[in-house]
Amino acid sequence: MTREAILGAIRRGLKRGPLPLDQQAMLAGRTSMHPRHIIPARGQLDLAGRITLFTEYVEREFGTVDRLASLNDVPDAVTRYLALQNLPPAIVISPHPTLQSLPFGTRPMLDIRFGVSGPGDLVSLQHAFAGIAETGTLMLPSGPTRPTSNNLLPDNALVVLMADRIAASYEDAFDWLRERGGMPRNVMLVTGPSRSADIEQTLELGAHGPRRLHIMIVDGEG
Amino acid sequence: MLETSSAFKENATGAMADAGLQKALARAKPQFAKKRLAAVDKLPEFEELRDVAKGIKNHAIAHLDYYLETYAAAVERAGGHVHWCSTADDARAAVLRICRDAGARTVTKGKSMVTEEIALNDYLEANGVTPVETDLGEYILQLRHEPPSHIIGPAFHLNREDWEETFRKYHTDLPVDRIFHERRDILTEARAKLREKFLTADVGITGANFLIAETGSSVIVTNEGNGDLTQTLPRVHVVVTGIEKVVPTIEDTLALLRVLARSATGQDMSVYTTFSTGGRRVGDPDGPEDYHVVLLDNGRSGMVGTQFQDMLRCIRCAACMNHCPVYGAVGGHAYGSTYPGPMGAVLTPMLVGIENAALLPNASTFCGKCESVCPVKIPLPNLMRHWREREFERHFSPPGMRYGLGFWAFFAKRPALYRLGTRAASLALSFFGRKRGFFAKLPLAGGWTGSKNFPAPEGDTFFAQYAARRRAT
Repeated sequence: MTREAILGAIRRGLKRGPLPLDQQAMLAGRTSMHPRHIIPARGQLDLAGRITLFTEYVEREFGTVDRLASLNDVPDAVTRYLALQNLPPAIVISPHPTLQSLPFGTRPMLDIRFGVSGPGDLVSLQHAFAGIAETGTLMLPSGPTRPTSNNLLPDNALVVLMADRIAASYEDAFDWLRERGGMPRNVMLVTGPSRSADIEQTLELGAHGPRRLHIMIVDGEG
Repeated sequence: MLETSSAFKENATGAMADAGLQKALARAKPQFAKKRLAAVDKLPEFEELRDVAKGIKNHAIAHLDYYLETYAAAVERAGGHVHWCSTADDARAAVLRICRDAGARTVTKGKSMVTEEIALNDYLEANGVTPVETDLGEYILQLRHEPPSHIIGPAFHLNREDWEETFRKYHTDLPVDRIFHERRDILTEARAKLREKFLTADVGITGANFLIAETGSSVIVTNEGNGDLTQTLPRVHVVVTGIEKVVPTIEDTLALLRVLARSATGQDMSVYTTFSTGGRRVGDPDGPEDYHVVLLDNGRSGMVGTQFQDMLRCIRCAACMNHCPVYGAVGGHAYGSTYPGPMGAVLTPMLVGIENAALLPNASTFCGKCESVCPVKIPLPNLMRHWREREFERHFSPPGMRYGLGFWAFFAKRPALYRLGTRAASLALSFFGRKRGFFAKLPLAGGWTGSKNFPAPEGDTFFAQYAARRRAT
C-alpha cells in the first residue's frame, strides 16, 4: 500500500520503526496541549489599545472602519455607507441572530435579504466571530449563521464586529473558537480587501474578492 | 513542466539578452528586499520567530510519519478523504479519478506549485477535463502557455504591454480597440472573465501552505481571494500538496504564518489565510460537499535522514530567490525547473536527479544572502555545495572544469608552491599591466574579460606584504 510505502521510507530515513508508544503519547500530549510560541508584544494591550491598533492596521491595509455606540446604529451606518459609495440600497445579510435582530425596520428603503450571496449581489453584511489587533485581521468561521460566500462574492464586504471581541493575537481568537467546539468547515482570517500585485508588482485592490472592506466596530456586549 | 535545467547556460545567456525580462527584473528586484526589510523592522520578535519556525519544522520532520498518520486520521474524522501518492503519476491519476467521480468538466485552480511539479494541467486536459487557473498571474501564463517564473509571483517576468497584448489576443469577445487606461482595467477584465469560471466549475483544486495534524485542516494563503472562491463554490474541493507540509498544531501554524508573509511579500499577514477542514457540515449554507487531499511524496521521503533533510523545512516564501543575485540577473525560466532560485537549485536535483540538474547548484555565487533571509534558516549554500560534491564525485562536471580543479588542488595542497606561483603570476600581471592598470584580454580568462576589464594587481601579494610587515615590527 502506498501509505505504508511512504511511511516506511520516512522511517528508514529516520533510522527507526514506528514510534514507540511512550513517544507517541508524548507527541499526542503536545498536540492536545497545543503550546503557544512567542506572541508578538505589540497586540498585548488593554481593550481600548486593541481597538485602536486593530483600526490602525485595517486602515493601513486599505480597509475602512466605523465606530458605533450600539447595534441599533448599524442600519443607519449601512445606509450612510451605501449612499457615500453610490451603491444601490440593497444588501445580503448573513443569517446570524445578532444581525437578524438589527432594527432595519427604521430603514424601509433598504432592500434586505438574509442568506447566501449570489453573483448579482453587490453588498454583503457579515458578522465577525473575532478581530485580531496584532494585524487588523478578522476571524470569519463558516457555519449556518455565517455563509463563506458572503466574505467573498460581493464587491463590498461590510462586517459587524463587537468591540470586546477584538483579541490581542490569533492564538486568543483560536482559543475562543476551540471553546465553541473546534474547527468548523472553514475559518477565514481576513486582513483588508482583496488585492493583487501580479501586474508589474503594483498593488491593485479588488482582484477576485471584495474591492472594499468596511468594518463597523460596535461597543457593548458581544 | 518540461525540465530544461541541463540547458541552464544557454537559457541564462538568452535571459540576459531579453530586454523585456531585464526590464521586469530591474523593476521587481529592489522592491522585494525593501518590503521584506520594512516588515521585519516592525516586528522586534522576528529573529526569534525564525528560530521558532525552524524548530517547529524540524520537530515535524523528525516525527513526520506520526504527524502524517495523525493528520490523515483527523481529515477522515472531519469527513474528508486522503489519497497517498508516491509519484507524480499516482497524484495525477488520483486527481483525475476524483474529477471523473464528480462528473467534472471544468475545474478551477488556486495557485499551487505542487500541481506545476506534477504537470497536472496538461494531464487533465488530455483526459477531457478543462483546468482554469484563477490566480491572476497563473491565469495569463495559462493563456500564454508559459510556466511560472517565480513561486509566488508567477508572471513577474511580464510587463504591462504583455498583459494587454495577451488579453486582446485571447478575450476575443471583447472589442479589439478597447483601451486599458491603467493596470486596474487589466485586473477588472480578468476578474469578470474568471467570475464566470468560479461559478460554473465542478471541482476546485488548491494547494496547501500547511496541513495541521491536530485538526486535519489544510491552510492556504492568498491575496486575491481566488483560492477561497476556488474551494468554496464548486461541489468538490481537492487539495494537492506535499507530505512535508504537515505541522502538529494550530499554534505551530500561527508561528509559521508570522514569518511567511513577511518573508514573502513584506506583508504582516496576507489578505486571506484560510483553514479548511473537511466538506460541508450539517446546516452549512455553502461550501463544497466533498473534500479530498492528494498527499504527494515524489522524492520527499528520500530526503529524510540525508544531508538534504533541512530542505523539507521550506515554506515556499520565495525570499531566497527575491534576494539572489543569480535569480535577479536571469529570472526564473532560465533554471528550466518548476522551482527556481536557491531553493530550486537544492530541490530540483532531488526531484529530477542530479544528472539532469547538475548546473543548478552551480548557479550560485555563494554570497549567502539566501540563507540569511530564509525564515526557517535552511543552509542553502551548504546544500548546494553538497550537490556540487556529489556531481563531482559522479563525474557529471565537464572535463575542463575537472582538470582545472585538479590543477588548482595540486598547488592548494602545497602552500609554499602555491604562494610562489601566485606571487610570480601576480608580479607578472603587475609588470605587464603597469601602463594601463588593467587588461582588456587575458589568456584563459575570456569568461572575465569578455564582459569587463581585469584590473592589474598593484604591489605585492597579501602574504608577501603580511610577511614583510611582521618582519618590520
